[in-house]
Formats: sequence, structure tokens, C-alpha cells
Amino acid sequence: MKNAMTLVHALCEPGSIRSFDGAGWTNLISMARAESLIGTLAHQLKDLDVPADVRSVLDDEIDAHDMVKQKALWEAECARRALSSYDGKVVLMKGTAYVAAGLTAGMGRNIGDLDIMVARNDLKSVEDMLLEAGWEWVKPDPYDDQYYREHMHELPPLIHRERDSMIDVHHTTLPLTANPTPDAQGMLDDAVMLENGLYIMSPEDMLCHCAAHLMADGDLAGGLRNLWDMHCLLTEFSRQDPGIWEKLDSRAEHHQLGQAVRRSVWHAYDLYATDIPPLWQSGESVTSAFRRRLLARDGYGRETRKLTRQAFYIRSHWLRMPPLMLTKHLWTKWRKGGAGPS
Amino acid sequence: MGRTYQTSLRVGPATFRIASEWQQPIAQLSSLYENYPKPKGEFADFTVRLESKSFWRKYFRPTVHISGDFWLPDASPLPLSQGLLAAEMGMNLQMALGWRRHLLLHASTVEKDGKALLMTGLSGSGKSTLSAMLGEKGWRFMGDEFALICPQTGMAHSFPRLISLKNEAIAAMERNTPGDRFGPLLEDTPKGSIRHLVPLWESLEASNQPAKPALLIFPRFGYDKAVREIGKSEIFVRLTQASTNYVALGEAGFKALTSFVDNVSARAIDYQSGDEAEELIDQLWAELV
Repeated sequence: MKNAMTLVHALCEPGSIRSFDGAGWTNLISMARAESLIGTLAHQLKDLDVPADVRSVLDDEIDAHDMVKQKALWEAECARRALSSYDGKVVLMKGTAYVAAGLTAGMGRNIGDLDIMVARNDLKSVEDMLLEAGWEWVKPDPYDDQYYREHMHELPPLIHRERDSMIDVHHTTLPLTANPTPDAQGMLDDAVMLENGLYIMSPEDMLCHCAAHLMADGDLAGGLRNLWDMHCLLTEFSRQDPGIWEKLDSRAEHHQLGQAVRRSVWHAYDLYATDIPPLWQSGESVTSAFRRRLLARDGYGRETRKLTRQAFYIRSHWLRMPPLMLTKHLWTKWRKGGAGPS
Repeated sequence: MGRTYQTSLRVGPATFRIASEWQQPIAQLSSLYENYPKPKGEFADFTVRLESKSFWRKYFRPTVHISGDFWLPDASPLPLSQGLLAAEMGMNLQMALGWRRHLLLHASTVEKDGKALLMTGLSGSGKSTLSAMLGEKGWRFMGDEFALICPQTGMAHSFPRLISLKNEAIAAMERNTPGDRFGPLLEDTPKGSIRHLVPLWESLEASNQPAKPALLIFPRFGYDKAVREIGKSEIFVRLTQASTNYVALGEAGFKALTSFVDNVSARAIDYQSGDEAEELIDQLWAELV
């Protein structure tokens, strides 16, 4: 298998797996594991007739991802308890938000760290409360620490000394050095409260953040997974509210994320056949480099298209910071012998 | 990307696809696993990959990176001459991080009369050597790395991968074992010298037969001969450390492990030689009934 198209088909048209032989299944499972989409795939194929040995693997993955969900919700609860005396909003982000809100995007999703967002002015008090509750700094490097604090959209990562779990405390959705400047306060103002007192973003903001994460930050590693998030969110939100498209359009402009959102929506439509309005269906082209990068994975689970990957890696730094600053940053990191904060 | 060599292997209940940029590790695996039961179809639970990090490192002083469906970011590469070891480590890694159908205990296992003897301990305790030795003396060898405990039945399942003999154990086993059952001698590995031994055909043939765990031993090599009792709570804690997937299994893992500790006799033994260990094991085994 030359690229991950088989995985894309299996996710959005599960019937496509009927023709698979043993080798085809092995390829599919390896690709799905490499793209962190194995739990999602297992859920998509839950009701299908598959060979018994494949079924065992898929059942294991459903079980494993039930645990992932349980752990993510528990981490959120631990953060809630640690921040119980904080009177601002604590907004859950990404995977934890999806499972906390019971969204389809959370089904079988892999969730690593806990991501939360709070108001920038409150960072110090939130940080102190978390340190008090047993979280510790992961990178005690002064350059990295200062870099995060001056230029990033989050605090340096914290790890809990007993549970070994990480928390990323964000105050906005993109690095401060990136060109678009989303309205973080607006996201906090519109956030929706869950039963336990924690918050999630409004549907439009959740989509904007998902798109920003996918297209305007990072090198598209794990892009198929993030694009699947986009597909699920678009599908679910547009079913609940057919008016979501206008709201999304104006909200994306407001956050300076118009391009990232349009691009994400188009690629979800292109690869996962997301149901989107005709107006959104033009723009990007099927020969797009994004498409090649998203699908750069073979049947052994190996990364392919080294040059495209490299180009997107360079792009990710370019997006994050102006050239002069990038040069300075890479020079410092190179002298210290390590990669930049990711 | 150049040509990919591959083979499929079955060890106990698990199937592996090994894909390599070099032919040599695949050829060695195919010959050593020749008598193992073959996978039933082409599907593999896990893919292990042996890859080079750069074009140059594929040909010039070639180094093998261990990767696959499950991988560790900081795994050290091995020289190509140790490619066989890299493949074995890759398979262990898939089991340790990905297998969920059993509770995995880092223990060697042998069977007699339908009952299993498990031996667990740190590297150098002799658990692997003891299982290899007993496997040649009337016990059925079930595995030298992982004991697979079924969460539903509590039975031990076999994972009879190649026995990984280390350092002094190599010469000790070479004395009484036919040479055609050995793999190449791998020197200067991260664990010293290693030579793989193919388990007896009888063990491989019966690898789908589980056994009821009856005795758990914590062996310690190099101390005066002794047997000690251990409290259940200590056994429990030591086994949580010896299990690679206890945490990942959640409640199912806790139930499987507590039930194991409740139902299996356990002793710590110290020994100076294989004969001493065998004597102690026979004695404890006889006292079981």
C-alpha cells in the first residue's frame, strides 16, 4: 500500500474492508496504529463482520481506548479539584473536551496530555494551584522556560509526580509568534459549562481551534487524526444546527483563522467525504501538498515522502515565528543540541 | 525506499509480521522459527520493523533501529550483526506495550502434569537459564520472557519464543544440547553475549495448551542455598513491577493479579548452581500436593 488512502476509506466507508485478505488487514492495522487512529477504526468497524483474529485486535483496541477515556476524564477531574478555588473558567480542549462532552470525535480517540485553557492574566495563580496539587515542571531548562513564557500559547508542560500525567495549560490557541491572533478572551466568554463545572468551547470555537491545530500549527504529524476530529465535529454540529456554517465562517474570520478553517473543511470533505455546503466545496485542489502530506504512510506503518515531510516541518517553524526570530531560536537550540519546543 | 524483506511468525497466541530493510535478520529468524507452528493466515497482531535511520547507515556500519506498531522513543539501535536480537526485542516490545488478552508477567514458565511453575526476578536472577535447563529435563518449556495469565480463567498460557541464553548460561547449555538448536553467538550486545536456543519440538507443538499456575519462585543466583517464604502483599507488589501491562489492563489486571496471588504458592530461593536450584525446585514441587 503506497499511501494511507486505504485507512481513510476504512474509516468513512467501513464497507470497503470486505475485500480485505489477511495481509490487507495487517497493513490497515499498522497504518491505523501509526496514525493514532486505531481506536477510531475499531469503533467504526464495531458492527461489521470481520475475521476472528482481526476482531480480537479490534476488541482489544476498543477496550484500550475505553481506558484512555476513563483516564482522560479522571485527569480532568483531578485538575478540577486542584483548581476548585479558582473562580475563572477552566476550558477543556481537544480529546478531553470531546469525551467530556460525549462527542463522536471522542470515540476511540487517543488522548495523551490534558489540555486546558484559562485566561492569560490568571496563569500565575493557576500555575501555583497546580504546583500545590502535585504537578511539577518537566523541562527545568531556563531557555525553554523563558521561550514558552514569552512566545508560546501555553505554559511549559507540567507532569504530576504521582500519576505521571501531563497537563498543558493554554491561554490561547496558537503561539504568540504566529501570524493569526485568535481572540482567546472571546473563546473563554463563549465557552459552555459542563455539569461538573468545567467548560468546553462553543461549537464554532471548537472547530476553529481544531483547524488551527491542524493547519496553522505543527508539521501535520498526526494530521489524519486531527482531520478526523474536524470531520466528526462538522458532521455532528451541522446536524444539530444547520446554521453552523455561517457562524463558523464569521467566527473564523474573527479569529483570523479563515484560511485554516476553509482548508481543514475542504480536506475533510475531500478525504472523509464530510457533508459540507456547496459554497465550501471549492478552493483547494486535489493535487495539494497538504493531501500528499496527510497520506504519507505505507502499509508497514512507515513514514513516506521524506521531502514533503521535511517541507512541512520547515513550514511549521515558519508559521510559528518571523524569520529573524526563527534563526535566533534555531541557533540557540543547535548550540544546545536539541530540538525546539513542539 | 528500497526492498523490504519480511516473514510472519507465531509465538503462542500472538502473530508477528517482521519487516526488515536487510535480508540477514529475516533469514536467521526463518531458520530458527522453522519448526514453530505457522500463523493460520496472513494476518498478524503486530508489525515489527527493523530499519535504518539514514541511507548511509543501511550499508556503512549498518545500524538497526527497532520500530513497529508499538515503539519506544529512546530505544538504542543495534549493529546489523545483532539484527536477530533486534527482531526478538521488537517482538517483546509489541507484547509488553500492546498485548491485552492476558496479564503479562515478566517470568519464565515450565509445566509438568498440567501445572505451571513460574520464575520471576531481575535480570541475572537466572530465570531464563533455569527454564531452559528444566525444559531439557522433563518439564515442558512454556516461555523464558513472558508468562501470559488469562484474566478469565487464571490459566498460564505459553509464549515459547527462542530462549535467550546469556553469558555463562551459553556454555552451560551447549554442553548437553545438540548444536543445531542454537542460533548464532551474538557478542557485545547491551546484555553481554547472547545465543538463542530453539525450545524442544514437544514444547512448540503443545504451545496452545495452558497450564494451571501452581508455584511461583523468585530465584536469586550467587547466594547460599536457602528457601524463604514471602508475604502476599510483597508478592503482589513485586508482580505489579514484573508486569508490563498491569496498569494498562485497569480493573481486569487488578482482579487477575490478586486472584493469582491468592491461589499460587510462592517462595524465594537462593542458589549457587543449576543443580542446587533444581534440587530446591523439585523439593518445593513435591511439597505442593
